[in-house]
Order: sequence, then structure tokens, then C-alpha cells
Amino acid sequence: MRDDPPSGSKPTRRTFLRSTGTSAAAAFVVARVPASAQAAPKPPPGAPEGPNIEGAISVSLRINGKDHALRVDPRTSLLDCLRETVALTGTKKGCDHGQCGACTVHVNGRRVISCLTLAVMHDGEEITTIEGLGMPGALHPMQAAFLAHDGYQCGYCTSGQIMSAVALLKEPCGPDDAAVKELMSGNICRCGAYTNIVAAIQQVRKNA
Amino acid sequence: MHTFKFVRPSDSSAAIAMAATAKTAQQGADLRFIAGGTTLLDLMKLNVETPARLIDINRLPLGKIEATADGGLAIGATVRNSDLAHYPAVQRDYSVLSQAILLGASAQIRNMATTAGNLLQRTRCVYFRDTAMPCNKREPGTGCSAITGSNRMLAVLGTSDQCIATNPSDMCVAMAALEATVHIQGPKGKRAIAFGDFHLLPGNTPNRETVLESGDLITHVTLPPPVAGSKQVYLKLRDRASYEFALASAAVVLTVTGGKVTRARIALGGVGTKPWRSPEAEAALVGQAADGTSFRRAAEAAMKGAKPQSENGFKIELAKRCLAHALQTAAASG
Repeated sequence: MRDDPPSGSKPTRRTFLRSTGTSAAAAFVVARVPASAQAAPKPPPGAPEGPNIEGAISVSLRINGKDHALRVDPRTSLLDCLRETVALTGTKKGCDHGQCGACTVHVNGRRVISCLTLAVMHDGEEITTIEGLGMPGALHPMQAAFLAHDGYQCGYCTSGQIMSAVALLKEPCGPDDAAVKELMSGNICRCGAYTNIVAAIQQVRKNA
Repeated sequence: MHTFKFVRPSDSSAAIAMAATAKTAQQGADLRFIAGGTTLLDLMKLNVETPARLIDINRLPLGKIEATADGGLAIGATVRNSDLAHYPAVQRDYSVLSQAILLGASAQIRNMATTAGNLLQRTRCVYFRDTAMPCNKREPGTGCSAITGSNRMLAVLGTSDQCIATNPSDMCVAMAALEATVHIQGPKGKRAIAFGDFHLLPGNTPNRETVLESGDLITHVTLPPPVAGSKQVYLKLRDRASYEFALASAAVVLTVTGGKVTRARIALGGVGTKPWRSPEAEAALVGQAADGTSFRRAAEAAMKGAKPQSENGFKIELAKRCLAHALQTAAASG
């Protein structure tokens, strides 16, 4: 006899994270804010997202086609802003020092590492993360190709790999595998899925 | 990371006036300009850099590449490395610069890193990056941990008994060979610095890396008119094939007429405490046959003053072979 809840209501890891992300992040930040700030009245509707942090700066980011008016500590990297303030956890933090590429996103259509840039430097700019690329059932061709070619094992570097690969399609890149490997060298995969990643990218380039 | 005040000035004059109040423009600066951020934010996360104010210069009008009146090129301070490397006139007339940039960092970092930022790229010496360790560059007078420590990646040219840190830039090596000029606007006005004079040797003040003073803003870099018929090569040798700093590199701008070298501009990377122009190698080449014997002789001349440390003696022979091979490749190219 099965007594599982109907599969439709079963929370997945992803839906669980999405539902708890914002509140968990807010709780974390509030714990570091002085009591006086915590006692501040709730901001009116339409006020910037995010807690009332001393010295915070207003910044407006257009993320995956949606405008976000935010208040962030000036130290906040674009990566931490996406993950902790906006609760888009698809972008991963690997080394946090520009050495691994896991945090790759697009700013105004170009790929950058989001760990070595500040959120406040991107006021008014267009950010695209893995969540803005495709959706389950309507995957970006690169996402579908990574699936078809097993371009990952643990998956931690995958969103960065895919964001890099999508940007590569618009960059000057020679036709052979060596050219792709060179332009993907900023994305490290500790599982070693490189051969399949290159195959996935080459398939998308051939079909383009 | 220490907290800081983030400021976005409306024009260069405002940025300079603000920056002029800083105690120094060198290590320990309480105020920094930020453009790409790829070096600065990395070091701020390590508490190696702790500025109290950051001045964002990304929206100042410093992002253009333009032809100069004398037929050269002016490259704005905030031109991104990828845009510079792919600029048609750079690929055509200054290909050594394009090659050097594309062999550095990753595609993502090249989309962020800027021309002026690359001029100010900091050493990768592990002791400079670790605030728990003595380092004369980071904290003058504390001593050099690298001389008695891990120094495989460090310099063999231009070192002192205070500091042996390598300058990690590829772009700067090409700019040294191209005889670029750095243009600075400061509280006292504008000035132009020959590329070879911009970076300083460590000597007894390794904390001073450039001629920049408080308030100095690099506005652009100019390249002289292209040398017609020159053959240009950047060769970079490293521990892995991509996304790695140089063990040794060579930038070569060579003119060969009737089998003889008539002009040579040579700079080395990965082996010097600053981007290492080699007038000795250039002098050894001019007037000589463009062949392996001359190239090896030039390489010997370039590394004549090299001083090995406990782990990096291999760099001396590696750099010689790197330069000789780069010259060979240039001479053989169409």
C-alpha cells in the first residue's frame, strides 16, 4: 500500500528552495542588522525589495526581463544579490574569486562572472541568469543539448557552463573543438564532463 | 570585506577631485577607482585592499577606441579587454596586442577587465594575497616570505632583496613591445608617460608599483602608428593550456628585410617584476641574419641579468627558448 501524497503536490528540491529562498535570505540579513533598524516600520508597497540595511544603496536591475528595485549593501556582489536578495539560486557560488566560472551570467547580453562585480555597478542594466534562459518544457536549445549529451555529473558548474556556452554562440569562435575548449576554459568542471560539454555546444552550433 | 562608500561621479574632473584627497594611490590606498573590478574586488575579499571609498568610473566617457592624428590608436581607460582584442585595427596592425589579451584570463573576465585596470593588475604572489604572511609589498618592512618560500611562479628579472613578485599581465607585455604611452589626468593637469616608465621596479619600495599619485586617473593609452611590414607574435608558456598565468611569455615585433633583422621590439612576461622590455635582445638582433643562431643570441642577451630563486631557476632557460621560438615563428610568418 502506498501512502505517498499525490505526486502533483510533492515538493521538489527546486520548488522547496524557491519557496523558502526569500524568507531564509531575509532572516539571515536581518540577524546582522541593528535592533533599531529592525524596529523600522514595514516599507509601503512598491518600496524597494530587501531589508533596511545601514548604508544600503538603491539599485534597479532588470533581471530575466523583470525590473527589480533593490536596496543592497554596497559590498554585495552581483552573485550574492541574485542568490540572496532576489532568491534566484540557479547561479552558483564556486570559488567566489573569479577562478571557476560557476557564477557566470549575462550583463547586457555579454557573459561575466558575477562574483567579481558589485550589484551597485549595474544600476539600470539587463541581467540574464539560467532561470531566464528556458523553462522546464521549453528549454533553451543549449539546455536541451546539455541534457542530450550528458554535459554534467554533479551539476554544480552546469548553469555557469550553459550561460557561457550560450554567450559563446555570438562570439568570434573557430569551428573546431579546440576553439570551443579555449573559449570555455573559464568554466571549470571538477567532474570532468568537458568532452560532453564540447559535444553539446558543437551540436547547437551546427543546428544554428 | 570592509565596508566602503560607493560613489559614481558625473565627470572625470569630479572623480579626480575626489581621488586627490586619498593618502596614496599605491598599496594601502583609502580610495580606489573601480572599472572591471576583477582584480580589486578579489583583493578586497582577501582584505589585501581595504579602500574606504570606491569611485565607479564605468560611466565616464573613457570607453572609446579612436584613431590618433599621427596614425596611431587611442584606447580609452574603460575599453574592455575583449573589445580591444577584437577591434579590427588592433587585429590588423597591432596583432601582438590582440594575441596577448586573448591568451590571458577567460572570456568572461576579458568582457569585464579594462585597459587601465590591466595596467594596474596586481601580482599573484601567494604571500601578497595572504594577510597572515609577511610581505614588503603589502606591508612595507615586514619582510619577503617568497624569497625563502614558495617562489616557483615568481620573477627572475628586476627583483630586489625586498620583493620578487611577478607582474602577471599579458596585455602590458604587448604594450611594452608596441611602445605605448599611458595618458594620465591628475589634480595638476594632464601628462603622458612612456610605457617603460609607468611601472616601477620594486627596489626598496615594492609597495610603489607605478608612477601614479593621489588623484591620478588613467584616461587612455596611445599606440604609435603601426610599423609597416612588421611581424608580430605573442607566445605564452604556462602550466596548463588555457586560463593560467605565464611561466614565461614573449612579445615580438620584428621587421626582416632581405633575410636580415632591420628592427626589433621585444618584451617578456612572467619573468619580470614589471612588463619586461629588453633593449639588450633588440640590440643583439638588429643587423643580424634572421636565423636560429641570432635568435638564441638575443635570448641569451635578454636573460643575462636573470637571478634565480630556490624554485624558479627553470624560468631562465624557459624564457630563452620562449623568446627564440617567438622570434622564429615571427620570422617564418607570412
